[in-house]
Amino acid sequence: MSNGPQQLPASAGPPEPHIRMVNLHKRFGSLVVLDGVSLNVAERESMVVIGPSGTGKSVLLKLIVGLLQPDSGEVYFHGQRIDHLPDRELEPVRIRFGVLFQMGALFDSMTVGENIAFPLREHTKYKPSEIRDIVAQKLRMVGLENTEQKMPAELSGGMKKRVALARAIAMDPEVVLYDEPTTGLDPIRADVINELILKLNEELHVTSIVVTHDMTSAFKVGDRLVMLSGGKVIAEGTPEQIRCCAHEEVKRFVEGKATPEELQAIRLHQVREIAGEAMFSDL
Amino acid sequence: MKSIARLGAKGLYWLESLGDYGRFVLSIVGWIVRGPGKLARQQTLLQMFEIGVLSIPVVMITGAFIGAVLAIEAHPQFRAIGMESRIGSVINVSVVKQIGPVLTAIMLAGRVGGALTAELGTMRVTEQIDALRAMASDPIRILAMPRFAACILMMPALTAASDALGMFGGWFMSVQMLGVDSHAYWEYSRAALDVFTINNGFLKSLFFGAAIASIACYKGFNCGPGAKGVGKACTEAFVSSFVAILVMNFFLAMLLNAIYQIIWPNAGSIFG
Ligand SMILES: Nc1ncnc2c1ncn2[C@@H]1O[C@H](COP(=O)(O)OP(=O)(O)OP(=O)(O)O)[C@@H](O)[C@H]1O
Ligand SMILES: [Mg+2]
Repeated sequence: MSNGPQQLPASAGPPEPHIRMVNLHKRFGSLVVLDGVSLNVAERESMVVIGPSGTGKSVLLKLIVGLLQPDSGEVYFHGQRIDHLPDRELEPVRIRFGVLFQMGALFDSMTVGENIAFPLREHTKYKPSEIRDIVAQKLRMVGLENTEQKMPAELSGGMKKRVALARAIAMDPEVVLYDEPTTGLDPIRADVINELILKLNEELHVTSIVVTHDMTSAFKVGDRLVMLSGGKVIAEGTPEQIRCCAHEEVKRFVEGKATPEELQAIRLHQVREIAGEAMFSDL
Repeated sequence: MKSIARLGAKGLYWLESLGDYGRFVLSIVGWIVRGPGKLARQQTLLQMFEIGVLSIPVVMITGAFIGAVLAIEAHPQFRAIGMESRIGSVINVSVVKQIGPVLTAIMLAGRVGGALTAELGTMRVTEQIDALRAMASDPIRILAMPRFAACILMMPALTAASDALGMFGGWFMSVQMLGVDSHAYWEYSRAALDVFTINNGFLKSLFFGAAIASIACYKGFNCGPGAKGVGKACTEAFVSSFVAILVMNFFLAMLLNAIYQIIWPNAGSIFG
């Protein structure tokens, strides 16, 4: 990687994090999504990002690989600033990333096998037989052996997710960004995926950023948990620290408890009242 | 005052989009020049089949009927001045110079342009285009360039198919149904159809093919969210490519006729 003059020698301080996000701001029109997010992810670390729906977790992942550009703030990869780079210059960086999209984003005109082989065919010099072996191996890792010939449209939601995961790790990336890897999977399958994330992290030394709503998964795979809310990081710590966190919102999120105000909208007698009023006003 | 400002803003937006579209086309051409790689070449062949081969029947049918209709409409006029035998020249020049290429382009814009925009728009909406970028593959190289190249390569072939059937339709109507002398029909046609006239049509078809594919891909790539966004992108692609074809046809006709005048200043009319 480039060793810019602005970079301190390794001995002068803490090592440069693998990925460093500095004061990221992102808005869509008048909607402020990220409002000053700064995070460091160390090499080989597994960071889990939790937070309510619509707080910009997926947007954060897209900012990291440059699929979106921040309005302000910086993203560094191994100390090299990458947020302002055009696609062409980002390619050598992106090759080292694996991205699991929330909706899978499988190429629906290609078979499962072709989907997973795609980055290998594009960026490596492997022979077709070697690629076939790698594809089979990755599919085995996500529990979908012998599905190479299927089209994505023939798969269930959870299966698509796992094929997408197999594609994300096809190139043996050094960083994997997982957007809700266990959503839509049955609990057993989800546990297998959690184990896979752990295994990649521990044995292949992959740096992982996992976005999830699944607290079981979050506590299992995270070295560090970060909670995002209202466009800001509202809590950050080890799984234990987060579990015992005194912060009201974090606690409710972890335990999955809605506030009375949040429940207000669905109180049954109120629904009846409104329905009743409507009936009277109709008369 | 406010409306002027709004008009200005709209104008700027249009200019900006136009610049954006220009850059899009340039990067497609850039990939063709640099060599897009094996996958894109395979895709190009596939698209040539989907875009080109599958369009041949519809282009031939429309061509034949237009040729026949031209004969029906022109025949009474020619008979009135006693020049029935020369009807072939006007039918075939119209077909080869204008109707063949323009009709083929319009059919292709309808049959292929809409489908391309919908396909790429759906890929955009379902994040497949983002996935390509995230895997360090330029979607312009993988998706747009093969479709663009296929359209340009297939347009002259389709135009030739349309021309051939248009000529046949015109001949069938004039000679078989309306009783024009076959020998005279072809003699006058051949006299009117010089190499320049024939290439004129093919040259235009290359431009039309480029316009159809680049507009369809551009609209698909910049599609708004959801099914609604895809629908809107398709409509815009239709309208833009129709307008582009007809406007380009006008300017190319002016330009090519001017060139013709320069090369053959004494060339007469088709009745010469
Ligand atoms: N390309 C875009 N254009 C406009 N708005 C967007 C875009 N992408 C995201 N948003 C908006 O940004 C907000 C955050 O979106 P994001 O997908 O990051 O949420 P999230 O935290 O991942 O939610 P979830 O847990 O439901 O996946 C949402 O309100 C969304 O509407
Ligand atoms: Mg999300």
